[in-house]
Amino acid sequence: MATVTIRDLNKKYDGGFHAVKDVNLEIRDKEFLVLVGPSGCGKTTTLRMIAGLEEITSGEILIGKDVVNDLPPMDRNIAMVFQNYALYPHKSVYDNMAFGLQMRKYPKTEIETRVREAAGILGIQSLLERKPRQLSGGQRQRVAVGRAIVRHPEVFLFDEPLSNLDAKLRVQMRVELKRLHERLETTAIYVTHDQVEAMTLGDRVVVMKDGWVQQVGEPLELYGRPANRFVAGFIGSPSMNFVDVTISESGGAAWASAEGLRLKVPPQFAEAMRARLGSRLTLGVRPEALHLANGSDAPEFTLQTSVDVLEPLGNEILVNFRAGGAPMVARVDPGVRLKAHEPVRMALDPQRVHFFDAKTEAAI
Amino acid sequence: MLIERKWKKWFYFYLPMAVFIVFTLFPFYWMAVTAFRPDAELYRTWRQANATPFWTLEPTLEHFKGLLQTTAFPHWLWNTMLIALVSTAISLVCGTFAGYALARLKFRGSEFLGTAIFITYLVPQTLLFIPLADIIRDMHLGNTPWALMLTYPTILIPFCTWLLMGYFKTIPKELEECARIDGATRFGAMVRIIFPVAIPGILSAGIFAFTLSWNEFIYALVFMSSAELKTVPVGVVSELIRGDIFFWGQLMAGALLGSVPVALVYSFFVEYYVTGLTGSVKG
Repeated sequence: MATVTIRDLNKKYDGGFHAVKDVNLEIRDKEFLVLVGPSGCGKTTTLRMIAGLEEITSGEILIGKDVVNDLPPMDRNIAMVFQNYALYPHKSVYDNMAFGLQMRKYPKTEIETRVREAAGILGIQSLLERKPRQLSGGQRQRVAVGRAIVRHPEVFLFDEPLSNLDAKLRVQMRVELKRLHERLETTAIYVTHDQVEAMTLGDRVVVMKDGWVQQVGEPLELYGRPANRFVAGFIGSPSMNFVDVTISESGGAAWASAEGLRLKVPPQFAEAMRARLGSRLTLGVRPEALHLANGSDAPEFTLQTSVDVLEPLGNEILVNFRAGGAPMVARVDPGVRLKAHEPVRMALDPQRVHFFDAKTEAAI
Repeated sequence: MLIERKWKKWFYFYLPMAVFIVFTLFPFYWMAVTAFRPDAELYRTWRQANATPFWTLEPTLEHFKGLLQTTAFPHWLWNTMLIALVSTAISLVCGTFAGYALARLKFRGSEFLGTAIFITYLVPQTLLFIPLADIIRDMHLGNTPWALMLTYPTILIPFCTWLLMGYFKTIPKELEECARIDGATRFGAMVRIIFPVAIPGILSAGIFAFTLSWNEFIYALVFMSSAELKTVPVGVVSELIRGDIFFWGQLMAGALLGSVPVALVYSFFVEYYVTGLTGSVKG
């Protein structure tokens, strides 16, 4: 059991590409930390540096209290699950799982006990004699996880382990991984580009972009209080709607207006807006913070538009429309009868509106 | 498969295929027929009434007998086998390590080195044998099997290195990384994980190297002079053509026996050989 500490971590490749920039993270004991971001954001490089597969340009990585910068992967007491599973194709499932223990000269009986125990946890006892090519994708995934857990490492590293599975199996394995983590109580660092995986698995989630850490927080914190426009747009599906607005004052209140759109700035922002009168900001509102307006909605929080496209999903309808010159999506109740191109009045929940600086993109 | 008109399939597929098969196999057939044909038939003109140029009615083993009893053919066969095996082994060991290094290790000049090795492969043997002859003489290796065992790798190592470098590149890097995390050193991961996975590639390189050294002619002709020490390709040509007399029957019998081991090696490993050339390891 161990903490992982990352201090001012940087990675520059020989070609000059700066993949990871000044990353600082404190991963607690037994925590499940997820690194998420679009491809090329540096999340995998960070993980590979923790594993010792990639050299560190500058900064420090500590596992427990020890700086591991110069330790080879084998001496870091970690286990890693790869995206393509990386099972040894010439070895049986049993030998795949036993390899790490054999390399560390464990006695045969101990190896046998541990492999059987791990196989039991993962439900692959009947596959131990098979070769990897005789297994399905989900089974290979289980073997790869099994190979990691037999070693009882201090830290688990997962590099997009579910990306090669089909959608249904991915959801199933996601739940299994979460259950497994609860059972093993080992520190885990998990890399994914899928924000749903990040939100469902992570005790805390790190959002990265272009090598920078954008925000670190618990899933609901990222969702409710995104630090900047990127995080706001990345977390949540369909993603947050953004409209460029100008702030002005009228009748003692601040108003956000754009082409064909004029909304009152909710009171919690009143203080912050006083300094920003006349400036351009980005208004962000999640699809679930929008609904069809009815009599009880205050008119200063509604907007007039017309339906563009409807996407009925069964449990909800996604209504696509345009407002303030930008495309927007609202999630509405499936019982609502709507037709394309029909004029509608949408209302937004003033408690769930976000503003971002147009230039720095930081949340206000 | 798309549905096509029958005649089209015959015309575009079976006919060219038949032509190709006849074209490639006819020399072998001719060799076999000649080896079994009695001398009386061999030296008879085609215009004679009972001539049967494409088959023989009185097959005989006398050429094989003559070959094995009156010439040094068994020695040649043994020499060729020994030299081919040793030079293949040397080339495989060097080629495997070199190919791995070029495929996996990032070091200064690794790309230049790869290209340089390839270029040495392009220098024709017909030029290379001149300086090599000098070296062989200086080292007093002339007319010993070592002359060939050590010179064949000069062609075979670049060849094996390139073939195996390509094969190693198809093996996912993660296999090795996983082995490193599992507790293997770089060398351990290479020997325990990468080499076993690369067996199809290593076998095809081996088959190729074996065939190349089995059939090699120029070095064997230049570096070996005693009749006993010759290899099959050189021995057959130099000892069975005396002046302007061609012992066709024995020549062809020698050629036939000489090609049997290669054919056997190919047919045993053909499956590995195909996957070796087409590459690809699935994780």
